[in-house]
Amino acid sequence: MLLIHCPFCKNRNETEFVYGGPVGANRPDPNLVSDEEWVDYLTMVPNPMGPVYERWWHARGCDKWFIICRDTVTHEILENPSEEP
Amino acid sequence: MKNLNRLESGGRIDRSKSLSFSFNGKLYYGYEGDTLASAMLANGLHVIARSFKYHRPRGIIGSGVEDPTSLIELLGEEASGNNLCTNVKLKEGLKAKSINCWPSVDFDVGAVVQYFAKFIPAGFYYKTFKWPTWHLFEPFIRIAAGLASAPKEPPKKGHFESRNAHTDFLIIGAGPAGLLATLMAARSGAKVFLVDQNTEAGGSLLSLNLNINQKPAMAWVESTLKEIANMSNVTHLQNSTAWAYREHNLVIVNEREVENVSIIERSWRVRAKNIIIATGAIERSLVFPNNDRPGVMLASAVLTFVNRYSVKPSDNMVLFTNNDSVYSYIEDLKTAGINVLAIVDSRKHIASTVLANAQNVRVILNSIIRNVNGYKKVNSVVVQSLVDKELETISCDLLAHSGGWNPMVHLHSQSRGTVKFNDRIASFVPDQSIQNSISIGACNGTFTLNEIFNETKSLLCGVSAHSKPLVYEGKLECSKQSYSIEALWSIDLSKEKNKAFFDIQNDVTHDDIQLALTEGYSNIEHVKRYTTGGMGFDQGKTGNVNIIGMVAKEQGIGLDDVGTTTFRSPFVPVSFGSISGVREGSVVLPFRHTPITKWNLENGAFMYEAGARWRRPGYFPIEGESFQETVNRECHAVRTSVGVYDGSPLGKFELKGENVGEFLDLIYTNIISSLEPGNGRYGLMLTDDGLIFDDGVAFRIDKHRWFISTSSGHSDAVYQHMLKILAFDHPEWDVKITNITNQWNNATICGPLARKLLKKLGTDIDCDNGSFPFMTFREGHIADIPARIIRVSFTGELSFEINVSPRNMLALWERIIEDGAEFGILPVGSEASHVLRVEKGFLSLGHEVDGTVDPYDLGMAWLMSKKKIDYIGKRSVHLRRSLGRSRRELVGLLPNNPNDAIPEGAPITPDGKKVATEGFTTACVWSVVNERWVGLALLENGHIRHGEEACVRMKDKIIRAKITKPVFHDSDGILLRS
Ligand SMILES: [Zn+2]
Repeated sequence: MLLIHCPFCKNRNETEFVYGGPVGANRPDPNLVSDEEWVDYLTMVPNPMGPVYERWWHARGCDKWFIICRDTVTHEILENPSEEP
Repeated sequence: MKNLNRLESGGRIDRSKSLSFSFNGKLYYGYEGDTLASAMLANGLHVIARSFKYHRPRGIIGSGVEDPTSLIELLGEEASGNNLCTNVKLKEGLKAKSINCWPSVDFDVGAVVQYFAKFIPAGFYYKTFKWPTWHLFEPFIRIAAGLASAPKEPPKKGHFESRNAHTDFLIIGAGPAGLLATLMAARSGAKVFLVDQNTEAGGSLLSLNLNINQKPAMAWVESTLKEIANMSNVTHLQNSTAWAYREHNLVIVNEREVENVSIIERSWRVRAKNIIIATGAIERSLVFPNNDRPGVMLASAVLTFVNRYSVKPSDNMVLFTNNDSVYSYIEDLKTAGINVLAIVDSRKHIASTVLANAQNVRVILNSIIRNVNGYKKVNSVVVQSLVDKELETISCDLLAHSGGWNPMVHLHSQSRGTVKFNDRIASFVPDQSIQNSISIGACNGTFTLNEIFNETKSLLCGVSAHSKPLVYEGKLECSKQSYSIEALWSIDLSKEKNKAFFDIQNDVTHDDIQLALTEGYSNIEHVKRYTTGGMGFDQGKTGNVNIIGMVAKEQGIGLDDVGTTTFRSPFVPVSFGSISGVREGSVVLPFRHTPITKWNLENGAFMYEAGARWRRPGYFPIEGESFQETVNRECHAVRTSVGVYDGSPLGKFELKGENVGEFLDLIYTNIISSLEPGNGRYGLMLTDDGLIFDDGVAFRIDKHRWFISTSSGHSDAVYQHMLKILAFDHPEWDVKITNITNQWNNATICGPLARKLLKKLGTDIDCDNGSFPFMTFREGHIADIPARIIRVSFTGELSFEINVSPRNMLALWERIIEDGAEFGILPVGSEASHVLRVEKGFLSLGHEVDGTVDPYDLGMAWLMSKKKIDYIGKRSVHLRRSLGRSRRELVGLLPNNPNDAIPEGAPITPDGKKVATEGFTTACVWSVVNERWVGLALLENGHIRHGEEACVRMKDKIIRAKITKPVFHDSDGILLRS
């Protein structure tokens, strides 16, 4: 069970969080991209063995969405969001 | 009571506390301090179990968690399934029985199975699944492979519980390494959590007679325990197994003897800054024919039974080894009165210092055990010289063997640490740690006491999780020990007829491994799955490394190249109760209730779980009524007079901020931002891949304040969706969302007489249609209760959704029922609601909306704004439709026979033929307004097929139905706007 650092609540157990998937590209302006680019945006999500930026939601906590960088092999959390008061 | 095989004195049992226990219905006696295994041996029991596949008689082989065979079932108050008798602490009145044997352990019909063994070779399961048919074998397999039965009733004597712990150091194992580490960490002032799976601390020192500082080693153990017992920063648990090492230094510990007797077992989730693994080593078996016969035991187990439990399992024994450790046992065995007839050593030479321990014992070097005679108990062994192949038979009643020692790298490996093969000890040792853990002592491949202490001091020196780094000042002088080994993965078994077991628990033999390799399963993970070697409750603790060695030998490569299989949790079998803790029954996933659950129950509601754990009334039956009659009665009230339902579970959110309008325009398909305060709109939410996600209504309260509602079962998902968009796509927007699902309850009155009832209840709101039209809301009072009334309709009738705070809900509800009596009001359950919705063709999540449909499919394209440049899902809907593929579209179904009901989910095929489906029935209900069954379906190209006939293909018949518009009542929506 991961120990996840919420910017608001500090270290909490993974069971309090909902996984929001890896961080892909930003949502493009759908009127400025080709069909291929739009489909890529929807379907091509990073899935590396190693460090990946991913989204977590503190669902059973403060409701904050945030991004961490986690190594998918070792589970080490390499980057945490900066803390908020 | 006198035990047959119990020594007069010594050991760590309390002879003043005699305990009775029963095994297979017979009464025996043991002592406080015994395990079930030691008590069995003391009573001369040697056949404990029957083996898994061949039903061969099996006895006790090990003395702890490594034992691969002595599984029993506990009965009575302690009832639990598969327990190793080496792990069960003896208690007064304990009842146990053998498993896997019928009618008895001594006469087992299943033993006939072994003569058919050639029909179940390695890979049997793989092959059987493929051909001829699994079902042919299944009944037989199920009987033959049965383990213990699960207890039929929940435990009577107490409950399970879980606890969290946070600590600077978690030390796993209270042997010499773990105890020294505990002393060092505890003296530094750090918080220490020490767990050990044995009944008492000491580890190998409990069995070996060694000295520390010229005194018995157990004196050092006792003084150490005394010191830490008085330290408030130390938590020390015995009978507690660390069975899983998870991410971020979380270890799960199963405590089996809790000081509070009402707790059966306790599960600890220990999060530690540093983890010291000191789990010791397990003795490895040797592989030779009939190495599973009762009376063939691990040498270390024999010594443990003699020294720790004062049991004498043998009069005349033979030892078989490839390493030095058994030589140091000789003196203790002799002291116990055991006649050691011979040590058979596979090595050519051994050190003279080692040999000196075996004075007056015949040592047969360069030799192996060729066979074991005796079916239910060893009566002789056949020794073979490796030089001239000469055979010699030695009569004996016990054969103890040692194939070397396997460091228990399980937890290290579970933590994703790597292992490497170490030639000096011929086994795998920890290599790299991935998490913050250190392996010390025998689990790190360090076997002699002096080295263990020195290693512990040096590896922990300087480690700090607290203010002070760890040091140990003071001397620890120990008895001299030495250890060397020459690997012997298996004796040469060519042309051998008798079975030689690598994995005794799973009955995996030398032949099985050979077969796997011959058939091309050479990767060690494949060998494991093909043969089942290393699976099961013991996870190959005594046998795995031999399998790896054998695969390496056969392929002419090193053990490092073969590698190990993945070590998985649990390290030992753990009860389900311990894992679940108090989370059982209704506590696992509690129901959600509204303030009128009690009223519902008192008024005869049949309660359902309706999405997201809401417990709602399904219908309100009265005596003598059928289910359908009840539902019809409730529907009839809504269509002809008035009904009321509890709409509280509806997801409700209040949104505040300058950008709420833009935000709602992004998440709904239609334009919401143009609403005037007091007005609302029905809307659809899509996902960005252009499929319907949810539907609901949005209302504007004032310039920057709105509220929306979502489907009851979907409100959490919608909440997540909204927050995610705000967090990542539009952090610049000023939108604050408050989940008000539980802050507002509502009673919705619906039916042609709803307005009359509203007036009777008394309200300061002008509720005439002209001043309070459909899709608006008003705030005021009703029956003197502050309320927000919303004109929406989920039933197709004139409806007033009266929202009040939870504290007023019951009072409002009771007033409505009371005042509505004169109009014939009825409470309406979810069954009737469903019927009313289907009659109107209103979509339901999970029925018509199943994650594959877009607004066009449901005939709701009019809800997709053409003016808006962008909203979530727009691009994808258009992209998908531009491909021009046919879609399944929502239609109504009128069965040709009005009394034919179509089951929900029933497939529709062209002409009812056995071909690919062209759609399915999403709902079918008895319509009270049409007095017939009506259905909804998603049907290929359904929109242009109105008037045609659809064929619902059932198992035994075809139901024909006319395809219609998906609405069966008030198709122009006049009533709901009235
Ligand atoms: Zn938080």
